[in-house]
Amino acid sequence: MAWVDERFPLTRAMEDHATKYYAPKNVNFWYLFGALSLVVLVMQLLTGLWLTMSYVPSAEGAFASVEYIMRDVEHGDLIRLAHSTGASAFFAVVYLHMFRALAYGSYRKPRELIWLIGMAIYLVLMAEGFFGYLLPWGNMSYWAGQVIVSLVGAIPFFGADLMEWVRGDYGISDITLNRFFALHVVALPIALIGLVFVHIVALHHVGSNNPDGIEIKDHKDDKGVPLDGIPFHPYCTVHDFQATVAFLFIFCAIMFFAPEMFGYFLEKPNFEQADPLKTPDVIAPVWYYTPFYSMLRATTFPMFGLAAKFWGLVVMGSAILMPAMLPWLDRSPVKSMRYKGLASKIMLAFMLVSFFILGYLGTIHTTDLTTAIAQVCTLIYFAYFVLMPWYTRVERTKTPPERVT
Amino acid sequence: MTKAAVVAGVVGLVASLTVHGAGSDVELEPMKPDLGDLPSLQRGMTLYVNYCLGCHSLKFQRYERTADDLGIPHDLALRNLVFPRRARPVGMDGTAIGDLMQTSMPQERAKVWFGKPPPDLTMVDRVRGTAWVYNMLKSFYVDLERPFGFNNRVYENIGMPHVLVGLQGIPRLVPKRPKSVDVLDGLDAIVNKRADGEYVTDVTADDELPDGSDPMIREWVADLEVDAETGSMTAEEFDQAAYDIANFLHYVGDPGRRERHRIGVWVLAFLAGLFVLATLLNREYGKDLH
Repeated sequence: MAWVDERFPLTRAMEDHATKYYAPKNVNFWYLFGALSLVVLVMQLLTGLWLTMSYVPSAEGAFASVEYIMRDVEHGDLIRLAHSTGASAFFAVVYLHMFRALAYGSYRKPRELIWLIGMAIYLVLMAEGFFGYLLPWGNMSYWAGQVIVSLVGAIPFFGADLMEWVRGDYGISDITLNRFFALHVVALPIALIGLVFVHIVALHHVGSNNPDGIEIKDHKDDKGVPLDGIPFHPYCTVHDFQATVAFLFIFCAIMFFAPEMFGYFLEKPNFEQADPLKTPDVIAPVWYYTPFYSMLRATTFPMFGLAAKFWGLVVMGSAILMPAMLPWLDRSPVKSMRYKGLASKIMLAFMLVSFFILGYLGTIHTTDLTTAIAQVCTLIYFAYFVLMPWYTRVERTKTPPERVT
Repeated sequence: MTKAAVVAGVVGLVASLTVHGAGSDVELEPMKPDLGDLPSLQRGMTLYVNYCLGCHSLKFQRYERTADDLGIPHDLALRNLVFPRRARPVGMDGTAIGDLMQTSMPQERAKVWFGKPPPDLTMVDRVRGTAWVYNMLKSFYVDLERPFGFNNRVYENIGMPHVLVGLQGIPRLVPKRPKSVDVLDGLDAIVNKRADGEYVTDVTADDELPDGSDPMIREWVADLEVDAETGSMTAEEFDQAAYDIANFLHYVGDPGRRERHRIGVWVLAFLAGLFVLATLLNREYGKDLH
């Protein structure tokens, strides 16, 4: 060990990031989803690697190769379904991870950079999911790709040219499939791994937040160990291990017994090959994009001489980017929802409900009524962010305790 | 304002759910596939190979895997179920068991015959559902205006003949009663069977409904009736045959399903056991902290 340590800071790294890295002792259930995201990332990388061995990235062969994996590759169906279920699981744990940050103010000083890096991870993840969704070359892959890429065309002046550049063709084609494949299996995974790495580096530099939203580093013993901290290893690792097993139980229950998840994880039209002449009845993205897709569709009026579609793109884009502003929007003297006032709690609850309603509306046909509901929900979603500087300042807050509870 | 929005949201959600649920215009008879029923799957494969594969490929599925999963010995399958796409050199017949289940119908000719080649059906179960396949097989009826003499109640204007007619017999659509009685108020519609077997009603285009609309475009609740003594199977036997084919196509849509269910139970049992150990371990370490 000494031999290694002279040449590589192995012991120090282990101490800094595990045995002598201190996490707050009061972290709860909501703090498990960061570790679980990492678990899912590793699962996706491994299953993805194995899928690449048999997948054929071409308009001619993609669909057939997926069926080949499902039928002729030894346990190929497990690899493929683990990957498709994993995509949904990834977003599920990431959304829960983000909710935790909203509830306990984990984006607040000194964790602004962790939050921003996290937002970058989320964006890359969305892109990764989108590019990956085209690869099976099913009919929904094709049409969802067509719809989303066509959004680029809504940009005034150079939109049409830009769209052609993105697709590399006049429509979604073999060329598009190949570049999406390259981005999905090489570029974005590398970006994802890099971003996750710096996310954790930044986290370990400032330390975890906790449900009380106070800093454990404010109270240290004479050796410099936070009084309310516990060593990450073994105390957090055994806890995360337990959570991982529980997560895998749910994951495997879905993967083995309901991998289509009633059409929410794998959509029916995607079981037939892409057909440019046959549009599916409802073109809906997978569930994890539907809240934003609803906002896009809810923007139905042109403004300032620009088409509604363009403003839909603007609304959708800002809805996705809005959370990045949180560290500067939140003016509350306290971090955690436990000590924030009623206004913050109500706004968060409303935002969540709207997000769920938008998510559901994104999976169905629009009617005048659903569009109106989606518009109201979109306003509530934005109100949560835009009004935050105001309601977090005026509401009456409780005083957080000195030490964690 | 926000409270009203939530109320509106909930109301809208309920409303949209009901709108969503009323989508399909043909009511499908429910059908529950059973992958554990190997005799049914074997009969389904036999029927498929003999009646469907002539036109419809299962181009992602192999004979070998199908025979193995369905418990059919290879030599039996080779003798009775495997029809190689093209002639193989003498002595190499055995390799055909590993072939994909392609139709031997030349696709270029098929395009001329049918307008477009008959679609591959490997994934039909996953796209349309098992109940759809089952109902569609039972929903052919005589329609002399169609090029192949048959139409289908589940798949309107279907571009194929009723291949199973020899088993089922000749099915006819018998209009029983007007679909909506109240719109037909004041009109006495009587349905009669003519000597030539056609069904006619005495309501004509000259008649008018109370709302002034044309009764000839009224929809009828019709039943299928099979002409007696025209098919080799009884109604129950034919239902079973349709079930077997649909069941077989359910298997073909995702052949790994049954194996996954088998493994899945063990995986979940293992994880449940591991969870107990992980919980005990976590509790043991937790004792240090208090």
